[in-house]
Amino acid sequence: MQCQECGKRPATLHFTKIVGGEKTELHICESCARDKGEFIPGTQGGFSIHNLLSGLLDFEHAGAGAAKPPAVRCDSCGMTYSQFSKIGRFGCSNCYKQFGERLDPLLKRVHGNTVHVGKVPKRAGGKVKTKREIDRLKQEMQSRIAREDFESAAKLRDRIRELEKEMGAG
Amino acid sequence: MAKRNFVKHALSQWMQKDGPESDVVLSSRVRLARNLKGSPFPMLATPAQSQEVMDQLLGVAENGRLNGLGPLELIRLSELTELEKLVLVEKHLISPNLANESRNGALILDQQEDVSIMVNEEDHLRIQCMRPGFQIREAWETASLIDDVFEEQIDYAFDEKHGYLTSCPTNVGTGIRASVMMHLPALVLTGQINRILSAVTQVGLAVRGLYGEGSEATGNLFQVSNQITLGQSEQEIIENLHQVARQMIEHERAARSRLLAESRTRVEDRVRRSYGILSHAAIMDSKEAAQRLSDVRLGIHLGLLPQVQAKTLNELLVSTQPGFLQMTYGEALHPEQRDVTRADLIRGRLAVSS
Repeated sequence: MQCQECGKRPATLHFTKIVGGEKTELHICESCARDKGEFIPGTQGGFSIHNLLSGLLDFEHAGAGAAKPPAVRCDSCGMTYSQFSKIGRFGCSNCYKQFGERLDPLLKRVHGNTVHVGKVPKRAGGKVKTKREIDRLKQEMQSRIAREDFESAAKLRDRIRELEKEMGAG
Repeated sequence: MAKRNFVKHALSQWMQKDGPESDVVLSSRVRLARNLKGSPFPMLATPAQSQEVMDQLLGVAENGRLNGLGPLELIRLSELTELEKLVLVEKHLISPNLANESRNGALILDQQEDVSIMVNEEDHLRIQCMRPGFQIREAWETASLIDDVFEEQIDYAFDEKHGYLTSCPTNVGTGIRASVMMHLPALVLTGQINRILSAVTQVGLAVRGLYGEGSEATGNLFQVSNQITLGQSEQEIIENLHQVARQMIEHERAARSRLLAESRTRVEDRVRRSYGILSHAAIMDSKEAAQRLSDVRLGIHLGLLPQVQAKTLNELLVSTQPGFLQMTYGEALHPEQRDVTRADLIRGRLAVSS
């Protein structure tokens, strides 16, 4: 792959920038990157995924003139939201809970999603599994009601009640 | 000082075997990021806290729970020399981050070296499984089983909404990074690679060089991996990667056939030239070595160099890296001496295999 700038040297740096959902790509060589003042990984002032993230997280600068939101601080590790937005990494698992819905725009941008649907730990995840099963059954029940298949919908309703009782007891 | 097992051989045991589609795919890898509940992530952990995490995680191996993997080596990074760490990085057994930045970092390694479990990297636990050739599903299955073993013993940081909680928001959810290492010389030679790589990034995958994030794609080796970890199940992530990689394999093969059909003599010349230079040169820098070894690898799979084995090339890929060279030939090699030593080594290996 040739450098997009000089077209002479091979491109060794590959940037994918996603700004406001718009994706741009840049393939350039190190020397052009230096000339352009782009960041080179592994060098002073290097560009890493965390720099990129902190750019995404820096909402406080984004809305000019907007009132500064009150400082949010994780009560377990002491990391503030603004520290997190500079470093691009959480201090502890509790930060997720503490920063709450503020994270949604970031997660949406990085993953296109905000909710986990994959593997669940066997021991700790019993309830999560049950809850997912309930969600699934509810959807199924709705579609059966829509098809006017009330008999089997009623069976599903009973199964959902059972599971909900289990959840409450556990 | 006795040499540790992992520095004795450049080629890990698992790489000795040929995997499926090994004419294009060198290896498949899955890594899972996990953290312990109630302990700050390694970046903020005090030495005492990270020590406790290490004891707990190594404990799982020490109490025999991982015996299904065969004999294991438990390595504390503090026991290693800088050079030994570099060799581990060159063999893809640990990340540069674990080698250089970790506190109370440790590694659990099996004899095949296809399972390497990192402790106190960016996350408390990173389970990595590798397979030769195109076996991304198999790598995921093994990683998931090891994950289950840890989960029996340890409370993970997990929440219903965000899944497995990780230090970096780019890993949260499944914590999975699945990747395939592909050799794509014909797509590069025929100028199709840019188009393909940019198409690949459109479907949520990333392309990197041989040594991951920030590394250059030398020797036409490309590492294709998933970007998204949240909102898709592991199966969906693996299948997406599998299908895209499968198409890339077909494109590369088609480009190879076309090269042979349309410009056989020129390709043959290129391959033989590189083989000749590698077999006779006295100075070989790492960049040239990577390019020439790529030509020879292409030659093998086009049936132009029956005298060379692909295995020899896989070994040279690691043994010609700076760390491994210094480990084999003495610690203080100048870059120039290194290029001479590299040339010697390659000449020797190609002579033996022919």
